[in-house]
Amino acid sequence: MTIINTPEKLGKYGKELKGALSRNIKTEILVSMGTCGIAAGTTPVLDELKKEVLEQNLQDSVRIVPVGCMGICHSEPSIEVIDMESGQGAFFGNVTTEMAKAIVAKNIRAAGVHTVAKSWYYPEEGQNAESVLQARIVLRNCGRINPESIDDYISRSGYQAVAKALTSMKPGDVIRTVVDSGLRGRGGGGFPTGRKWQFAAAQKSDEKYVICNADEGDPGAFMDRAVLEGDPHSVLEAMIIAGYAVGSHNGVIYIRAEYPLAVKRLHQAIDDAKGMGLLGKNLFGSGFDFEIELKYGAGAFVCGEETALIHSVEGKRGEPGFKPPFPAISGLWKKPTIVNNVETFANVCAIIRNGADWFKKIGTENSPGTKVFSLTGKINSVGLIEVPMGITLRDIIFKLGEGIKGGKKFKAVQTGGPSGGCITEANLDSPIDYNSLIALGSMMGSGGMIVLDEDDCMVNIAKFFLEFTLDESCGRCTPCRIGNKRLHEMLNEITIGNGTHEILAKLRKLSENIKDTALCGLGQTSPNPVLSTIKNFENEYLEHIDHKKCPAKVCVKLLSYEINDSCVGCTLCARNCPVACISGEKKQKHVIDQKKCIRCGVCYEACKFHAIDKN
Amino acid sequence: MTAECKECCDNVSILDMYPDKRKELEKYIDSLPLGDDSDRNRGFLIQSLHRAQGIFGYLPEEIQLFVAEKLKLHLSEVFGVISFYSYFTTVPLGKFKINVCTGTACFIKGADGIVGEFKRFLNIDMDETTQDMKFSLGGLRCVGACSLAPVVMVNDKVYGNVTPKKVPEIIEDCK
Repeated sequence: MTIINTPEKLGKYGKELKGALSRNIKTEILVSMGTCGIAAGTTPVLDELKKEVLEQNLQDSVRIVPVGCMGICHSEPSIEVIDMESGQGAFFGNVTTEMAKAIVAKNIRAAGVHTVAKSWYYPEEGQNAESVLQARIVLRNCGRINPESIDDYISRSGYQAVAKALTSMKPGDVIRTVVDSGLRGRGGGGFPTGRKWQFAAAQKSDEKYVICNADEGDPGAFMDRAVLEGDPHSVLEAMIIAGYAVGSHNGVIYIRAEYPLAVKRLHQAIDDAKGMGLLGKNLFGSGFDFEIELKYGAGAFVCGEETALIHSVEGKRGEPGFKPPFPAISGLWKKPTIVNNVETFANVCAIIRNGADWFKKIGTENSPGTKVFSLTGKINSVGLIEVPMGITLRDIIFKLGEGIKGGKKFKAVQTGGPSGGCITEANLDSPIDYNSLIALGSMMGSGGMIVLDEDDCMVNIAKFFLEFTLDESCGRCTPCRIGNKRLHEMLNEITIGNGTHEILAKLRKLSENIKDTALCGLGQTSPNPVLSTIKNFENEYLEHIDHKKCPAKVCVKLLSYEINDSCVGCTLCARNCPVACISGEKKQKHVIDQKKCIRCGVCYEACKFHAIDKN
Repeated sequence: MTAECKECCDNVSILDMYPDKRKELEKYIDSLPLGDDSDRNRGFLIQSLHRAQGIFGYLPEEIQLFVAEKLKLHLSEVFGVISFYSYFTTVPLGKFKINVCTGTACFIKGADGIVGEFKRFLNIDMDETTQDMKFSLGGLRCVGACSLAPVVMVNDKVYGNVTPKKVPEIIEDCK
């Protein structure tokens, strides 16, 4: 393996790789091999493509590249065929093995037959931004390179940022660039990254630590995993830069055990980088050493909080601690430590390469850059998107997400996971950044964006998040441990028809108390879903309380199913009923025994004649 | 330990029963760069427990004690860590670990109903295992396959767009 120890060698090596590609390869076929793609069945498609290329004897001119998430989750398994001469790419979604065969046959011989317009551009490459809404900085390599190949990364400017930092910048210059760029932590809080680095750099210590927080626990959020699975080297490179900036030689990536593929690719990336001398001793001949080790989480959401995370790395129960002292002063093993999220790190290399001014041009004044969101829920195009800060939610939901599934009515979008809140139709046009989302009673959070439609009950959604918090509360402080339990009980009373106005008032008051008194970020933000749903959907709460009705028809205890006169007696409902509570003769109207009915809704789904009323 | 022999051999040592597995775990822990500083050694605890659970399938007291002695920690510290993290289990799980994703996207698309159907079908509650040690039922935080919501994972296999009606099929698929 080539050892790279100077910026010149890196540049030359990158050029050689590019040259070798452009000489022979006429077509690249990129196959989405992230967790989501694999679950949807891309592995057989990849095998078929390889087989077909061999059979048609095209292996010298066609390169098949397994890549990370392309972001078009709604059309997995997905592939992109790129004509290398024109640089034109064509996307194909929902690809089957049969289609894979046809794609090799047709599109390689007659390139660009089926071109689908891309919905994103790459600010670093200065492409036109006008017609597309997405801008890819963090995801610049996701879905474009083979994450298991360090050569692929190097051929796309990989390790150039660290080469530049180590050989032509002083640690202070690096920090100043990051401060000037205005980059804010992408893990949720939005603390300025450069400031964090400044604090740690100012400490005098024989040991310091750089920790990458890859404990992505928010339900419905998978941005960090996409980066780790699709472009692991970008995180390693940024960690080295951070280490150089603050004077640390030790990096730790704390990753969820639930992400086996990301763990595998990180291990491979670390081994490859070490093998080429890009990680380890005397990097780029600068005399600077940096090592990275992986530490695994074990299923505790609270470990995403930095002090809890540090305890977990130390092998303890992942309970949060008091701040101050902040980790930048006293963190891992009581040494100065910076903890940054995966997405934050993924921005760093692009900032160092292109400068702070370049970065500031994208996004808004107080929140420069882009944000990656995982857009899910009742939406037509579920996917991973990266948008410049300042875009409106309406653009995200109705343009990128292509509107609500089944033509239903939009109700709210939930951001910030269990710490966030709901944003309603009225605020869809406000540009989103850290400050505006907080003003709307939600928060940026890590980037989960879940769209809700008219069929979702907001009381039930609040209850769902409370259940999550209850499950994940570490139990250390009373407001979180007991307060949330009480909140959950009150919400439950409302959803089963025992709600009163008194309960609603208590719900509000206790929520405020927990916010003010809980120890860590998890507890302080846990009542947000409750407060935000009461604020925006008070009527829905009142419907549950005053009329014992769930307007969205979700709360099972407040529902009933009845068979109406459209029944033709086809017996389908009775045959599907899991508790056999539907009776009636063939071709006669059937009846549901309300006492036995468990309100599972199977009959309602099964009926082809709209003969079952849900009330 | 299988279900059949569990009743009569509760007193049998699992480490003695599987000397190869014991050796594998011992080799792993011995390969760690442990030092004299017990605080720093504790930093290797979670990964050792991951390995131990990977080898034995669960972490009974005997294995907790083994790891504690190897890392020179108290059993109470080791147990404290195991009980804190939901990934670790002290009881053996079934052959098929059915995990219903309880992330938000799956929730709003009806994961609740699917959990209910599995409960009814297998006659067990969440976090329980059937008597024949075949099926364990659990919840799982977001697996990131939100486009396929609701999602059920059985061991490593992902089932997407699950409806209550598909529950018997999934169970049948395991047999």
